[in-house]
Amino acid sequence: MNTPETQKNQAAFLETVDLRKHFEVGGGFLSGPPRMVQAVSDISFHVDEGTTLGVVGESGCGKSTMARLLMGLIERDSGSIRILGQEVGGTEGMSLREARRQMQMVFQDSFGSLNPRMTIEGSIMFGPLVHGVSRADARRRTHALLDRVGLEPSRYTARYPHELSGGQRQRVNIARALAMEPRMLVLDEPVSALDKSVEAQVLNLLLDLKEEFGLTYIFISHDLNVVQYISDRVMVMYLGKIVEIGSVEEIYDDARHPYTRALLNAMPSMDPAHRTESAPITGEPPSPIDPPSGCRFHTRCPFAEDICEKREPELQEKQTRRAVACHMEHPGSGHSQVGSSRHDQ
Amino acid sequence: MIASKEKDRPVVPPEVVSRGYWHGVISRLLRDKVSVACMIILGAIVLSAIFAPLIAPGDPTVGSVLERLKPIGEPGYLLGTDELGRDMLTRLLYGGRMSLITGVVPVTLALIIGGALGTIAGYVGGWTNAVIMRTIDVIFAFPSVLLAVAISGALGAGLENMLLALTIVLIPPIVRISESVTTQVRELDFVDAARASGAGSLTIIRAHILGNILGPIFVYSSSLLSVSIILASGLSFIGLGAKPPTPEWGLMLNTLRSAIYTQPVISALPGVMIFIVSLASNLLSDGLRSAMDVQR
Amino acid sequence: MFGYFAKRLAYAVPVCIAVSALCFSLVYLAPGDPLSAVLPADASQEIIDDIKAQYGLDKPVPVQYILWLGRAVTGDLGTSIGSGRSVALEIGNAIGNSLMLALFASIIGFTVGSFLGMIAGYYSGSTTDKVVSAIAISGVSIPHYWLGIVLVAIFSVELNWLPAMGAGAGGSQEWAWDWEHVRFIILPAITLAAIPTGIVTRSVRALVADTLSKEFVTALIAKGLTNRAIFFHVVKNSAPTALSVIGVQLGYLMAGSILVETVFSWPGTGLLLNTAIFQRDIPLLQGTILVLALFFVGLNLLVDILQPLLDPRISRT
Repeated sequence: MNTPETQKNQAAFLETVDLRKHFEVGGGFLSGPPRMVQAVSDISFHVDEGTTLGVVGESGCGKSTMARLLMGLIERDSGSIRILGQEVGGTEGMSLREARRQMQMVFQDSFGSLNPRMTIEGSIMFGPLVHGVSRADARRRTHALLDRVGLEPSRYTARYPHELSGGQRQRVNIARALAMEPRMLVLDEPVSALDKSVEAQVLNLLLDLKEEFGLTYIFISHDLNVVQYISDRVMVMYLGKIVEIGSVEEIYDDARHPYTRALLNAMPSMDPAHRTESAPITGEPPSPIDPPSGCRFHTRCPFAEDICEKREPELQEKQTRRAVACHMEHPGSGHSQVGSSRHDQ
Repeated sequence: MIASKEKDRPVVPPEVVSRGYWHGVISRLLRDKVSVACMIILGAIVLSAIFAPLIAPGDPTVGSVLERLKPIGEPGYLLGTDELGRDMLTRLLYGGRMSLITGVVPVTLALIIGGALGTIAGYVGGWTNAVIMRTIDVIFAFPSVLLAVAISGALGAGLENMLLALTIVLIPPIVRISESVTTQVRELDFVDAARASGAGSLTIIRAHILGNILGPIFVYSSSLLSVSIILASGLSFIGLGAKPPTPEWGLMLNTLRSAIYTQPVISALPGVMIFIVSLASNLLSDGLRSAMDVQR
Repeated sequence: MFGYFAKRLAYAVPVCIAVSALCFSLVYLAPGDPLSAVLPADASQEIIDDIKAQYGLDKPVPVQYILWLGRAVTGDLGTSIGSGRSVALEIGNAIGNSLMLALFASIIGFTVGSFLGMIAGYYSGSTTDKVVSAIAISGVSIPHYWLGIVLVAIFSVELNWLPAMGAGAGGSQEWAWDWEHVRFIILPAITLAAIPTGIVTRSVRALVADTLSKEFVTALIAKGLTNRAIFFHVVKNSAPTALSVIGVQLGYLMAGSILVETVFSWPGTGLLLNTAIFQRDIPLLQGTILVLALFFVGLNLLVDILQPLLDPRISRT
């Protein structure tokens, strides 16, 4: 389907349109109707090939759910996912199995990210074996990957996860993902559990691998510094919605959405010339079960007005590839601050 | 703060030969004197049961009423004779075989059936889980003794019927624990990673889930061995189960009841055997649990 | 909290129905004609059909079930083939005896078990602890019907202190707290109490040892609290757990008493079950199993509801 939208995004490796996932919680016999956790609501974005899209947001904003939706680990309620223009799932286009050859996921290092009863070699070989690669080839590939991520095969293949440090385990996670020879990696908080020095090593490894294999990344993190370091474009999420998306310079130097600004301001500023001055975020983060009406951020926004409570701002494109979901950025929305230049950074 | 691109230099682990999980468990178990003693005792009983035909002095079903209730130490009858003149030592040894059967067979069958049901329920979740677990709950609503008696009673006395009854009684707890452990393991990220690599459910269960659930399920099932043996002997005691002249410890306790006035020690012997087997397996089960508790 | 109770109650209803179905159908597992116990071997077809109709066995099984269930709900469990009396009456007589026995055993289990458990836990690791733990695990491992036989051998046969069987004249209907009646229940109650005592001991011991090892107790000792005060504190903590353990055990004791009752010829529901099985007394069998199973379900429900009240550490949302 060649709409003007898709034409614009021809270079996109991955594209989602109105992706949605709501979970039922509670309910059942004698507890009343179930309530809906609106984890991911109508998310539309794209990622260009060979680039890194950073995804930031607080806990509960839906980033992990979105990652699992992309990988097909959770079934989406509605919306579409397209890889290289082809629809994933559904009757035409790519099957989920094929899609999984294109994308793989790297999980946060945790006790459960690697099978504690399986050797490192076994964990990495599993994927290729499932897809019919011969044992010998799979082993060869495993050893090559271990070497490439900085773990000497002869020392590590027969080990178990509990014998490795956090950084080493993450390298194994990366090797496992790459064993499928994907073209894109979805990384869900891959360095959050690591010490800072180790974090730097793993990030650099990821950058090197991206160069070498021509990979595309979706990098999810709550750490703004890390995201700035590694991303080409950045997407900001709040309560299951995208509030702002743009290049890393646009987001970090010229954030437009009040939430983005607040997040950035919460980062300690290193530059004495640009001290933190904007109003901080007030109030408790609402729960995704009963999100606020209209603009979901309006309960904590210092610029909120009536229109913000009534109508939800769309994620409109502004200039090229840059979008902000805020009434202040949309001429004709009725917000009093439309068009005013606010440089209170 | 963000580091410059320094060269990767991961830490090299010390030269330790990698050991599996079970190795640690077994070595800890072997260091516990009580557990070792239990293993030796149970091992001896199992061996003597298996080799009973070779080592037993007499025939378990043949006896002469003239020789009835001879005391312990009587020449030719090391542990005396029972109420029908059969050699007690022989009967006890063969009784061990019966107990072995009544312990191992139901537990093994229940493990296979219950383990499969529980794992499927845990992995698939949703409706399948609900149906399986609710059905099991209904069976679980009966206390085990009552259920065993009811099924045996309905089917009639006899060894096969008793084994069937015991299997049915043992299936629900095994399903419960399999389902619970599988559900826990299924939540872990590496299972998601396996799913993300495109593997089918059966492959994932075989390669990833089983290895992680067999431990606790196995240990639990082993604790059911003595339960099964005791239930079986109880059933035989009231006449449901092994039929005379089968040498079975519970049955022997029944038939020797009247002998309690003349030869109390002999009539107590089968009970002693049941007690030893049960005690040893309970102690061993405790020991195994502590050995597994200490995670690395 | 209320919602949880309501849920549990509502959930129990389908369970009870399913249980009743299971009870009913158990009997039809048996090979052979359920009527074989009643009929003489050479009865003519006419007589067979007659009796079948009388017992309602000529209708299809599901219909029989509904009819049976309908009657059961009103308290009519049919007539015992063996005795000719109403099944409900037989069970009614017997259940009082079993309940009495179970209660006695529970009390023994609770008191002795708690006491032993506290001692073992208090002196955790010492010889006393080891001895008590050995006793406890022996209690759990022993085939209790065998214990009964042994006790009978010692106390009835050898010493002639206590009767070997029966519940005395009148059983629970004419109970009095005098030696004449109490002496009948001593041995059976002790026998039945062996396993729950062992279980309570182990549970209490674990709890006490765990509580004492907690840091706040060390802090209390450091503050100079006497051993006595600590002791009371520990007792307060372990009582709810022991109670809930016994509560659970009570159900098993009631429903699983058949072996002990057989040894002592104690006229309870267990013995009734025994009789029903060997006489192939279908209505009695169905009725007894049903009552016992429902009792067990009801008791578990009660324990489930009371448990959060007794032991505040267990919370139910």
